[in-house]
This record gives sequence, structure tokens and C-alpha cells, in this order.
Amino acid sequence: MAKIEFSKISKSYGTAQILKGIDLQISSGEFLVLVGPSGCGKSTLLRTLAGLEKLDSGEIKVDDRNIHNVEPQNRDIAMVFQNYALYPHMDVSENMSFAMKLQKRPAKEIKEHVTQIARLLQIEHLLNRKPKDLSGGQCQRVALGRALARKTSIVLFDEPLSNLDAHLRSQMRVEIKRLHQSLKSTMIYVTHDQMEATTMGDRIAVLKDGAIEQVGTPTEIYHRPKNLFIASFIGSPEMNLIEGALLAKLPWPETQDETRRSNQILGVRPEAFKISQGPILPHELELGAFHIELSENLGGQQMLHGLLEGQNVRILVDSMDSFCKDQKLSLKIDLTKAHLFDKQTGLNQRLS
Amino acid sequence: MIKKILAWLSILLFAVFSIYPMLYVLSVSLRGDNAFQSHSLEIFTANSTVKNFYTLLWETDFLIWMRNSLFISTVTTLLGVSFASTSAYALSRYRFRGRNMMLFSLLATQMFPSTMLILPFYIILSKLHLIDNFWGLFIIYSSTALPFCVWQMKSYYDTVPKELEEAALLDGCSQWMTFYKIILPISSPALVITALFSFMSSWSEYVIAAVVLQDPQLYTLPLGLRSFQASLATQWGLYAAGALIVCVPVLILFISISRYLVSGLTMGSVKG
Repeated sequence: MAKIEFSKISKSYGTAQILKGIDLQISSGEFLVLVGPSGCGKSTLLRTLAGLEKLDSGEIKVDDRNIHNVEPQNRDIAMVFQNYALYPHMDVSENMSFAMKLQKRPAKEIKEHVTQIARLLQIEHLLNRKPKDLSGGQCQRVALGRALARKTSIVLFDEPLSNLDAHLRSQMRVEIKRLHQSLKSTMIYVTHDQMEATTMGDRIAVLKDGAIEQVGTPTEIYHRPKNLFIASFIGSPEMNLIEGALLAKLPWPETQDETRRSNQILGVRPEAFKISQGPILPHELELGAFHIELSENLGGQQMLHGLLEGQNVRILVDSMDSFCKDQKLSLKIDLTKAHLFDKQTGLNQRLS
Repeated sequence: MIKKILAWLSILLFAVFSIYPMLYVLSVSLRGDNAFQSHSLEIFTANSTVKNFYTLLWETDFLIWMRNSLFISTVTTLLGVSFASTSAYALSRYRFRGRNMMLFSLLATQMFPSTMLILPFYIILSKLHLIDNFWGLFIIYSSTALPFCVWQMKSYYDTVPKELEEAALLDGCSQWMTFYKIILPISSPALVITALFSFMSSWSEYVIAAVVLQDPQLYTLPLGLRSFQASLATQWGLYAAGALIVCVPVLILFISISRYLVSGLTMGSVKG
């Protein structure tokens, strides 16, 4: 366990500035996810902590100690790479014990650690195999095992699941989360997949163009996005962004002025729409007629695509209800779950 | 079916072309009467004898030449592999001033035929008092084989993902340890090819050896064999027997590492 503090981290490659003065605190034992579109600098930030990239300016402190001059091998950090990076000439148990052997730890302790982690990851039967004899999913488990067997205070993950299929990915997500709970290392996890971010992180830091847009718990980020970018990046299916005349119906003070209204966007997540039945509650608002064009069955829910006052809108409803094409529904929204963004700055105007 | 027969026929033709000279040499070596000019296609005749082999091994300096050749080729190989593996790693992994220039000039040296270099080599070696000295050959052989070996190793290292080294670094390796504990072991196919190339180029080299070595006690096998050829009479039987024995170490080497050879030739396509 270790506390990590990034302050004013900057990094450029040539003229391209990858990290633009990042400040971020990670508390001891936390599972923090860095998420953002590709090229936003999340992997670079991770690599600066590992010591694989040199900083241009700023400092990184681990447990209040500046690690600028500490060599990567002395930082007590383990990392899981996207392409596994297993040593091909060593078998699984050698891969997992390599670092501990270098530290000249007693053989008994090494064996204990390796078997314990192998059991947790269910790779005990693979210990004598070479990486080339393993499937992708098994390689990923071994890569995890190699990073965790050392029991470092910090473990870094650089998009470790992006080479796996969807089923394995969701299985590994749970497993990594479980390992975090039992090992309690501080873990930083980089991904471009917002689903991984919200399901795994204690907190999420959303990055864009080398700067942090928002840091918070998955719930905060999902329900109180600071700006338009976060609102549309986090959450699947994506948030509906509505402009124009519909905004006039909103009871908020921000939307009363017509000139201001033309500069605003209403953001409503698909599940925040409801089909109007019965009385309208005080925090609800009747929006008008929804013209169904298409229905997608997602299993437990179905997504209806259609037009609401001339704008494309997607809504999530229970899949047991049956709807047909060209059917018209009256829709209402939960105002506490609706957001109002400024078109120019992208800022969420309803956040107090 | 016709395609298959044609393929077999053409392979057979090539096989005959490549095996016939060897068999001819074998038959000459087994004839006691120095009958190089015989047109008989028989390999084993009624007069076949191993006398030539006996004479070669016990009555000439052949074993000394063999020892010299093995020694020179082994040292050249060791020098070549150790210099090529380390310098190619630096050229593959580090960006430094003059790197591209260096890579290009290594390539450029391959454009000169080695016979063109004999005179300058001779002058340099005589100034260094290395004529009639194995060190002269070590230097020339390893320096002429190195450019190819460096390029060969570099292109292999280029296919090794850099995350492997980063993983090793975080696991606690220094840069040197990363090189010899991780990179070298996984580069064995390229190392084998490099070693083979160095060995072969010095094993069968004649022209430079003829210039550098003058004392018959220091002769390598190609020089020794040549000494059976005199101006008036050539001992073809001995010559042929020697030529056959010279092939043996190379054959053994090839067969024992052929497994690596195949993976080495396709190594660009497979990731470490």
C-alpha cells in the first residue's frame, strides 16, 4: 500500500504536449482507473509513475517521497502490459518468480507467493508451461500473476484486457477487482473502455488531451458529469443530447432566456426517459410525443430509437413491453437526472 | 499427377547435379592410383583403398591444419557473436548521434569484394607484426563478417517487443541484466545464424589466409589442401580425401542446428 501524488506533471514528445500539468492524488489501497480516448495521455501518465518515461516537469511522490531519481527497478512497482510481455524462454512459474529471485528472497517464500497467487488466479496447472503453449486468456492471467506475486505496494495495469474477447474480459474484470480486495495494493488501471472504468474503479479520472477533466467515484462521474465530453464519453448507451425548442419546456431558470437557450444542450440518459402513465410527479416533465422508428432488444431491456419533436432520441425501456414501428408514445423525463450543457464551454450548468 | 512427376524429376536433376561432384571426389579419394582422369563412373572399384585417408591423416600435416582451422574458426565465431550481439543491441535500442550513419557505413563495407582489401590488410597487419600470426586472421575475419552479423542481429532485436525489456526493468533488472537474462536467450535463433555465418566464412576462406599465413605449420585446411597441388604433379587422391574430411565438421554443424536455421530464416515474421 502506498499513497501517490502527482503534481503539475508535464511531458512532451517533440512539439506534441502529451501531459499538460496533471495534478492527481491517489490514496493508499485505492483502485483508480484512468480512462479517456486513445492519445489522451493516460498510458504516458502511468509510465511516468513506473519510471519508464522521464518527466519534463512536475513531481511524483510516493508516500510523501519524491521518486524522481529512483530507478524503475527500485520503485516497488509492478506492471501488467497490454501485450502481456511474458518472458518467452521461461515457464510460467519462472516468469512469476523472476523478480523475487532477483531480489534474492528465500526460495521457500518465493514458492509460497507463487503458489498462492497461482491458486487465486487458477493457473496452478499451467506453472510448468511456456507462454507459447498458453491461450490469450491464460497469458493474461499469468501476466497478472507475475505482477501480483511480488506483492509490491503499487500495481499498474496498462489496458490489460483489451486483447481478450468480451466474455473473458468481463470475467477478468471481476477477478482483478477481487484480487484488489484481498491484496490491498494501490492499483492504477488504464483503459479506454468506459465500461471497465465504471465497473472496476473506486474512483475514475477522465482524461482528455493530456488534462484531467474530472475525478470522482463512478456514480459521481455518471450522474454528475462536469461537462459534455464526460457526459457523452461515460455511459453506454450514450447520453441523448437534445437542442432547440424542447428546451423551452424546461422549468429551470437557466433556460428561461431565449437567446441563452440557443446556446444550450439538454443531456438525458436513455434510462432517464419514462413513458407517461398516470400523474406527473413534481420532479418530472412531460416532453411530448415520441415516434418509434426501431427497437433493439438488449435482453432485459430494449432500446427504442425514434424521433422526439424532430430530434433523434434513444430511450431504454423494459423488454417485456411490446412496441411496434410508427407507434407514438408520450414521454417524460426525470428532471433530477437531466443535465444542461453550455454549447461553447461544454460545462454542465446544473451542477451546483 | 503430372505436376508431381515434373517436380520430382527436376528435384532429382538438381540432386544429381549437386551430389555427383561429391561422389566423384569420393571415388577419386578411394582410388589408389591417383586416377583423376579416369572416366569410369564407378565409385567402388576392385582397386578401392583407404590408403589416401591413411596417408593424409598420419603422413602429412593434415591434423595440424585441421586444428588450426578449428581454432581460427572458433575464435572468429566467438568474437563475431559477442561483438555483433552487443553492438546490434545498442543500434537497435538506443538513439544516439551518428547511429544511422554507423548503420549505413556498416552496410557500405559489404560493397567491397574482399580481394580488394587484401593489399591494405597486408600493409596494416605487417605494420602490426601480425603476419604469420593467427591474430591477423582473427582481426580480418571477424571484421569482415561483423557488418552482416550486426545487421542480422539488429533486425532480430527490432522484432522483440520493448515491453519485454520494460517488464524486466520493473522486475528489478539493470540494463545489462535485461540484455543477458532476457534478450540474449530469446535471440538464440539469430545468434545461431550469426555464429554459423562467422564459422563458415572463416572455415572455407582461402585468399586472405594465403596472404597472412606463410609458415606451413600455421596453415589452415584450404591452404594445406592447396599445398598438395604442385607445379608438376598433383596428389589428387590426397586432395580428394582432404576435401571430403573438410566437409565433415560443416555438415555436422548444419545438421545439428538445422532446427534453428529454419526458425532463423523466418524469424522476422514471428514475435519473440
